Amino acid sequence: MIAESASPLLSVSGAGHHYGNRFGCRGVSFDLWPGEVLAVVGESGSGKSTLLGMLSQRLNIDEGSVHYQTAEGQMTDLATLSEPEVRRLWRTEWGFVHQNAAEGLRMHVSAGGNVGEPLMANGARHYGKIRARAADWLQRVEILADRIDETPATFSGGMRQRVQIARNLVFGPRLVFMDEPTSGLDVSVQAKLLDLIRSLVADLGLAVVVVTHDLAVARLISHRTLVMQGGQVVEQGLTDRVLDDPQAAYTQLLVSSILKG
Amino acid sequence: MTDMNREHSVLSVKDVAKTFILHLQGSLRLPVVTGVTFDVPQGQCVVLGGESGAGKSTIMKMVYGSYQADSGSMMLNHRDRSLDLAAAQPRQMLTARRESMGYVSQFLRALPRVPAVDVVAEPLTDRGIPRPQARQQAGELLDRLSIPERLWELPPATFSGGEQQRVNIARGFATSTPLMLLDEPTASLDARNRGVVIEMIRERLEAGTGMLAICHDAEVRDAVADQIVDVAAFAPHREEAK
Amino acid sequence: MLAEPRIVYNEGYLDEQTKRVVRRALLKGIAIPGFQVPFASREVPMPRGWGTGGVQVTASVIGPDDLLKVIDQGADDTTNAVSIRQFFERVAGSESTTRTDEATVIQTRHRIPETPLAEGQILVYQVPIPEPLRFLEPRETETRRLHALEEYGLMYVKLFEDISRYGHIAKTYDYPVMVNGRYVMAPSPVPSFDNPKMHMNPALQLFGAGREKRIYAVPPYTSVESLGFEDFPFEPQQFDQPCQICGSSGVYLDEVVTDDAGGAMYVCSDTDHCTRAASAVGFRASRTRGEWDFPATGTGTEGAVQ
Repeated sequence: MIAESASPLLSVSGAGHHYGNRFGCRGVSFDLWPGEVLAVVGESGSGKSTLLGMLSQRLNIDEGSVHYQTAEGQMTDLATLSEPEVRRLWRTEWGFVHQNAAEGLRMHVSAGGNVGEPLMANGARHYGKIRARAADWLQRVEILADRIDETPATFSGGMRQRVQIARNLVFGPRLVFMDEPTSGLDVSVQAKLLDLIRSLVADLGLAVVVVTHDLAVARLISHRTLVMQGGQVVEQGLTDRVLDDPQAAYTQLLVSSILKG
Repeated sequence: MTDMNREHSVLSVKDVAKTFILHLQGSLRLPVVTGVTFDVPQGQCVVLGGESGAGKSTIMKMVYGSYQADSGSMMLNHRDRSLDLAAAQPRQMLTARRESMGYVSQFLRALPRVPAVDVVAEPLTDRGIPRPQARQQAGELLDRLSIPERLWELPPATFSGGEQQRVNIARGFATSTPLMLLDEPTASLDARNRGVVIEMIRERLEAGTGMLAICHDAEVRDAVADQIVDVAAFAPHREEAK
Repeated sequence: MLAEPRIVYNEGYLDEQTKRVVRRALLKGIAIPGFQVPFASREVPMPRGWGTGGVQVTASVIGPDDLLKVIDQGADDTTNAVSIRQFFERVAGSESTTRTDEATVIQTRHRIPETPLAEGQILVYQVPIPEPLRFLEPRETETRRLHALEEYGLMYVKLFEDISRYGHIAKTYDYPVMVNGRYVMAPSPVPSFDNPKMHMNPALQLFGAGREKRIYAVPPYTSVESLGFEDFPFEPQQFDQPCQICGSSGVYLDEVVTDDAGGAMYVCSDTDHCTRAASAVGFRASRTRGEWDFPATGTGTEGAVQ
């Protein structure tokens, strides 16, 4: 459900990040509202991962600005935040789902420990309650209760991603970044995961920025799509408008290169 | 157009044009329609007529926002105001779709694993109606459209064409919006279900919903159409194609 | 042998500049209880991992007026303890003692003496791995940041895993503590039995990790809390039998194998305490140096690399 809100959750204006004298992405502008899922599509090297890194404050904002509305309702220029403040956002308001689960999980800590860690990081100190919440979230991502004490190292790729999603939602974030959350998985597993993401996002009213090279992923889970090429945004709009009536030459190329299902 | 007219129209389309530019084929220009002008009054069903390829679906998709109109205006009665769909921001389009404009398309586009009843309930939960209540209402609609209860918990991807279309209609009728867009709603239905759909459309019209429809089935068209807009009138001149 | 080629060492073996380096690190450590201060660890005449950190700290605080006690697993008479004591007798001109109550400086590996420490005493711990977060987070840059920002969720993950796996917190040595309500600290591989002794201790507690080049400290009367969950609080190890030599209870016991048939007895790991407790009650088998020459056996839990 899309909540009504007077101002956007994320407001990006002319933002760019450069590596040395080359820009990874540049001149990016958009607003993201609570409850909206924004897909960032493009091929490798298009700057979509740089954009995600910049928005999530893993990379600097070298030009332009990114404003974020904190839980207290304050529009904050992310570039002015200190490291502890950014890390507090990571802990309490933002999730980040990595393409490779090994980057987002502790592979040799149990699934329960992985999901419970954000709670402990936020000061939870009651084992029974932490475990119960971890168990609840593992169930929501369709992982059987008897796997809670097993480590992700023993899980399939799809299960790992689901544990990662649980770990990133358990603390009630307001904004979740996802970097190619389903690539590298079997097609049937992908569909299941996308469906799960879609229903969780809708139930929780989350705002999501999802980076994907797969237009089908964008179509299935996003409200809006932003197309990137060579570090620039070449087109953005409603996802079905961008995919059904692409305006930019590059978007037409992307759309025409996918197989119709 | 006078304010009087606008008051009674849920949708007012004026001078809308659409040309596709195919960049991959040397920027080939394909003009589809031009000067599209019509109104959808409250409680009336406007059917877009004309041969296939004339641009009926294009007009429908421009109204819904899946296609970008090149020019003109499409004023939708949204939240007691007029929203120009031709110029609306994505976020406004999303709100308009949720609150003011329902769409029953020809084909069902649903995720593989979602049960039929949840497909139908989704527009309701999107509006904040609690899931159990939404599912109950969805069940009533499915029942009315003769989808047996044993199928409700199954994903519609495995259903027959007619069943899928009925699920889609149920979804489209789950919420009540000032404007409804119907794109071949009865294409693959049997006579009995066609009758049910006609009945549902009439109920909505009586309740004041304005409808814009594409409908090749003469029986249905005759039963619901208040006005037929011939899309051939909006065909661009050959010279413009250059 | 010809005339003994005596090398004259600087007092305390280390040169004055090095001692200043170590003392500066110590002062900083004392000023920020539980914070790991990097220092330029020097070579000392023993292998890394055999207490080189503790030796450098001791060398920097000891003087000719001090009385030094060195214990290893609680015993004053193991090779390592004897060597270190003799080393300082030679290079620092300090007197040695085995009595906890007399000593001004006590260097220790694996134990805190049973006899309560007093103001003015210094307890120097030999530390193999100073970073309590190390096994969960291998990157030093990241662990430093976690300490700086007080992000200790990770430490609890370790305890969480223990409870999930064993039904209780299974860590029985080097049990993590929160110092002065701010820094999580590794108390070196002392048994968790000894953890409560660190809390509000009147003595100055100094920690030296030679191989890892870190020094940290707990000043006198500082709060040292062992971590735990609300529903699974820290519980120190307990022994349900008394020492079979001196009869003390409520002390840390070592298992001593007595024959080839699996026979064993449980005796104080703190030899000084045992000897004096035994003589106080007129126990038959008094335990003085030489009489009980068993190598100190661990309890099987001291798995850390030394």
